[in-house]
Amino acid sequence: MTTTTQQSALHDPKSAGGRAGDKIFSGIALTAGIVILAILAFVALYLVVESLPALTAGEGELTNGKTSFWSYVGPMMVGTLIASGVALLLATPVAVGVALFISHYSPKHLSQPIGYVIDLLAAIPSVVYGAWGMTFLGPLLVPAYRWLSENAGWIPIFAGGYSQTGRTLFTASVVLAVMVLPIITSMCREIFVQTPKLHEEAALALGATRWEMVKMAVFPFARAGIVSAVMLGLGRALGETMAVALVLSPGVLSANLISAGNQTIPAEIALNFPEAFGMRQNELIAAGLVLFVITLVVNMIARWIVSRHKEFSGAN
Amino acid sequence: MSKRIDAIDLNVYYGKFRAVADVDITIEPKSVTAFIGPSGCGKTTFLRTLNRMHEVLPGAHVEGKLLLDGDDIYAPGVDPVAVRSNVGMVFQRPNPFPTMTIRENVLAGLKLNGQRISKGDADAVVEKSLRGANLWQEVKDRLEKPGSGLSGGQQQRLCIARTIAVEPEVILMDEPCSALDPISTLAVEDLISELKEQYTVVIVTHNMQQAARVSDKTAFFNIAGTGKPGKLIEYAETSQIFNNPQEKSTEDYVSGRFG
Ligand SMILES: Nc1ncnc2c1ncn2[C@@H]1O[C@H](COP(=O)(O)OP(=O)(O)OP(=O)(O)O)[C@@H](O)[C@H]1O
Ligand SMILES: [Mg+2]
Repeated sequence: MTTTTQQSALHDPKSAGGRAGDKIFSGIALTAGIVILAILAFVALYLVVESLPALTAGEGELTNGKTSFWSYVGPMMVGTLIASGVALLLATPVAVGVALFISHYSPKHLSQPIGYVIDLLAAIPSVVYGAWGMTFLGPLLVPAYRWLSENAGWIPIFAGGYSQTGRTLFTASVVLAVMVLPIITSMCREIFVQTPKLHEEAALALGATRWEMVKMAVFPFARAGIVSAVMLGLGRALGETMAVALVLSPGVLSANLISAGNQTIPAEIALNFPEAFGMRQNELIAAGLVLFVITLVVNMIARWIVSRHKEFSGAN
Repeated sequence: MSKRIDAIDLNVYYGKFRAVADVDITIEPKSVTAFIGPSGCGKTTFLRTLNRMHEVLPGAHVEGKLLLDGDDIYAPGVDPVAVRSNVGMVFQRPNPFPTMTIRENVLAGLKLNGQRISKGDADAVVEKSLRGANLWQEVKDRLEKPGSGLSGGQQQRLCIARTIAVEPEVILMDEPCSALDPISTLAVEDLISELKEQYTVVIVTHNMQQAARVSDKTAFFNIAGTGKPGKLIEYAETSQIFNNPQEKSTEDYVSGRFG
């Protein structure tokens, strides 16, 4: 008797149905995973194969009399890193500050609208940012560039004249900063509000002011998350094409950030790819491969920074 | 070093909800006072009004007077931050700062308000506080290791060390042993008995034996029903509360015949 009831419980049609559901779901998940990996592999393969001619080309084989691929892509690598780096330098403090204001300082009825406005910034297409940077922000910054060039010209990044149109690498960086701001802000806010109450109260109970509580409990808890948020922003800034393509009037690599000049890899590709063929196309794809590698390396460095502090992380 | 607490007609609110009503109580310096009572009767809530931690929750506020050696800590112009550095608190769950070493945890409160102390002074404070919390022997060789790597009982004593490092007048403890094993519990109880030589100690506990073992006076709180405010029912010498309570509900509670 008992065995039969047990058996019938084990062979409950409902649980069999659940098992079928499990199978279907794991099947879908596996397929999706394989598809993603396959696509990634194909893209990587395509990048490498199409890049090889440019990467291995000798003297005279490249277009427009370039001597080697690296002398072509090198300056743009630097330009890309500078533009993104300056963008993060500008965006990170603002993003962390705004996120902190929303999570720990502002009254409830203020924090929601501010959050919406920030999220709205993320919804603006990058072409619009580009147009805004080119026609509005650039001219707006020209007086500042003039002042910097006259008064701070001894600093290399302001030395050697300034742009009359404002379409400079610095303007591009400011536009990029505005574009990555919402990503970093919303991610930081998510993390800040997750700070354990336990640790916030521990700090307050010791007689910490609100700011001291933030330093003792919130920032240490959020450190890894802030790094990830910044890296996410960096990923966006590194790959951003339209805004930079529209804003920057490109030229050779130069330390001067406030005059025309410099170029970033994505903008170079976007501007030239439509008319490119043959070796020129290979060069641009190879530049894309370089960008891919840069992004990968940056992400690995970020992971390493995060894991270095594991023992002392807030995760336990 | 040790101050007397007088609550006068104190009412405690979460928004519109009155959680604790009309408490009048005098807590003597250099003594241990235990708060007992059924769950939800407002022990934690009342305890947190003693160092103005209650008001960090949105909407939470307090009416009435709370005197610390005669000074109303709820008077206008009193800085809650100053109150909290005079009235330390140990929480139910051990909460050392996970990103700090054991040493940094002990010094956390001292480094507030931009205070600077020399390394020698800091070493002395670390040793004294950890000895005071009966933890020195166990951690003296691993002061630079993270505080979160200690056992639960050690973490709780680390939190006590962190609290006494700032030399408060009063130490509040909310069920400090509820997450600890019997051995760690004994260690903390011994510690509480030592702490009262210097501090006013208030402890919330669900453990009757613990209240009987460590406290000089006991306050019994009760609640008339859900949604009703908690009230102070009886407050007397611990021996009287446990052996000869004046109120029927106190007797029912301490003898386990409750509800
Ligand atoms: N953050 C809060 N917001 C609103 N109401 C709360 C909050 N915390 C506690 N309360 C309410 O206040 C009353 C008293 O709660 P409190 O936590 O002080 O009880 P307690 O005596 O400490 O109980 P326990 O023994 O379970 O810890 C309860 O009715 C509870 O629901
Ligand atoms: Mg409680």
